[in-house]
Amino acid sequence: MNLDLRIPMGMMFTLVGAILVAFGIATRGSAIYDASLGINANFWWGLVLLAFGLTMLLLGRRSQARLAKLPPEPVDETRSRLGH
Amino acid sequence: MTNLHAVDWLIMVLYFVFVLGIGFALKRYMKTSKDFFQAGRALPAWICGLAFISANLGAQEVIGMGASGAKYGLETAQFYGIGAIPAMIFVGIFMMPFYYGSKARSVPEFLRMRFDEKTRALNACSFAVMTVFSSGISMYAMARLIQALHVFDGLFYTMGWPQNDIFTFSIVLSAVIVLAYIFLGGLTSAIYNEVLQFFLIIAGFLPLVLLGLRNIGGWSGLKASVPLQYMHEWKGVAHASTNPMGIEIIGIGMGLGFVLGSGYWCTDFLVIQTAMASKNMASARKVPLIAAVPKIFFPFLVILPGLLAIGLATPHTHTVVHNVNGMIVRDTTVVPQNVEEGRGLVPAKMNPVTGKPMYMANGEPLLDYDMATPNMLLHFFPTGILGLGLTALLASFMSGMAGNVTAFNTVFTYDLYQSYIHKGGSDRHYMAVGRWATVGGILLSIATAYAAINFNNIMDTLQLVFSFVNAPLFATFLLGMFWKRATGHGAFAGLIAGTGTAILHHGLTLPIEAHPGIHGGWITVLHNYPSDMAQNFWTAIFAFSANLLVTVVVSLMTKAKPESELVGLVHSLTPKPPKAHDVWWKSPEALAIAVLVMAVALNIFFY
Repeated sequence: MNLDLRIPMGMMFTLVGAILVAFGIATRGSAIYDASLGINANFWWGLVLLAFGLTMLLLGRRSQARLAKLPPEPVDETRSRLGH
Repeated sequence: MTNLHAVDWLIMVLYFVFVLGIGFALKRYMKTSKDFFQAGRALPAWICGLAFISANLGAQEVIGMGASGAKYGLETAQFYGIGAIPAMIFVGIFMMPFYYGSKARSVPEFLRMRFDEKTRALNACSFAVMTVFSSGISMYAMARLIQALHVFDGLFYTMGWPQNDIFTFSIVLSAVIVLAYIFLGGLTSAIYNEVLQFFLIIAGFLPLVLLGLRNIGGWSGLKASVPLQYMHEWKGVAHASTNPMGIEIIGIGMGLGFVLGSGYWCTDFLVIQTAMASKNMASARKVPLIAAVPKIFFPFLVILPGLLAIGLATPHTHTVVHNVNGMIVRDTTVVPQNVEEGRGLVPAKMNPVTGKPMYMANGEPLLDYDMATPNMLLHFFPTGILGLGLTALLASFMSGMAGNVTAFNTVFTYDLYQSYIHKGGSDRHYMAVGRWATVGGILLSIATAYAAINFNNIMDTLQLVFSFVNAPLFATFLLGMFWKRATGHGAFAGLIAGTGTAILHHGLTLPIEAHPGIHGGWITVLHNYPSDMAQNFWTAIFAFSANLLVTVVVSLMTKAKPESELVGLVHSLTPKPPKAHDVWWKSPEALAIAVLVMAVALNIFFY
């Protein structure tokens, strides 16, 4: 049993980031950016979230691959572990 | 007005899909009641740590800290600097060994193991009631905010639904989502979603602070735009008259640092439950410490938006005249009266009957500080990222609610149902009870939210009652964990005396410029405080002291439990936890020192 939170979380932020970047490119130079002081807030913040999401996904995937190879680590009590 | 587009909705819906998806994905792991109520005690420390602060990152935190930032300035950061951080270090280093080591499944259960049945029953009942009401208040606040920001107006207009139903729609929507993911995945689901919400709140508020700071001209620009005392956390606290909150150093230090902060972070099962869900003792002790690291930086995220809102220029109705091909065009931007009368982006409060702005006795407009942070979102965010910001706001409300609901179902099932209603049922039975307690808890919260519409003062009254119950609690735990002589009778009498003292103190004192009644002084006014915050702090100090005194006196007159029964529950009778195999810098103590150094550095920066 294994659900690493970083995987769904990484997926969500990757998707949100991608949407914002795409929307930011589509609305380049639009008057909607008057509010954000002329900065294309969607594009740039989307990029940040995209990077964050991909990092989380990568970390999650890597630790899952590592866990699959190792025998399950004993924890404080007898339960098998969630996460990580 | 808020004008949401498809992209905003897409982000909001995406978030809800993931929240529910996590619940469904976890459903198959919920095999025993321990999985459901305690997340199997198998979560890694970083997840529990982020959930630990996220459980508290509800509406009160995000909206309330922004409001306090606008009202009191950086002095608000003391809620973090001396309120939260030291308490989090204390609970991690000194108290967690007993919470986690005792194998108690809830905070009231710990009280039964340490003291007796009646102390536990008292704590369990008051706690269960408070969690239900708190989540109801959170729901109410969210629905009100959704109405004020006109989030769903466009949707309702397009669908042809009556605008009056927005309140109900908001409440039902949030209730159904929170219910679904807790019903499916229990505490694990709540914790996972709290972590998701934590990152979402950062993703939504960090760009707001960056844009706001850029607009106002950076840190120096902010300094130039707000009154001097707003930029200091410590300067002026020596005397009540020289700081915005009107509290002197002793009141702040004792009230916030020692009583209110510790009372919340060290004894409230709402936050403690996340630490108790971690996989081993070392992790459990690290949970509050890991939580303290982002907590140190939270003033930037939640207090600054409010301060920036006050510092920015107040919008006024103005007309711009252009000459377009020889034709004169007048562009008039009409600003509503409540915005024009406000300060910065903080609008004035409107009298709902006359529709005119409300003024204080000195002629200054009464400001609606709760709108500081939401107005910043609307002001700076273009569509797209606005969807993200509003989703973050909704996420913060739901995370506050979810923590209350999981705390309620655990305390109800273990401490009330299993102890007094139906003993000796099967594990499967208690898990079913827990699921249905979730449903019941949420229904009661909805009822509270509706009661709040009809009774104007219900929110203030409830918060007042909570403060009476909570204020003395920390003394009970402190004596319980560090003084082996403390007895059950002593603890019970102390709690009653503490709450009684809080009520009495409130009845005898009054903040200046308030009328006797809900704000205090309903017995007779013996003393006036400069602000309601000062009154709160002193109520807590008196309640704590009374509890301490009465518990000690009664304990000395009654018979203590034999020492053999207190092993693992009291400091002096518990063997030191075995050193983990980790290297020294991974130990909870090293982490605690690092956190402390960072917190002190930040306090010096904000001085």
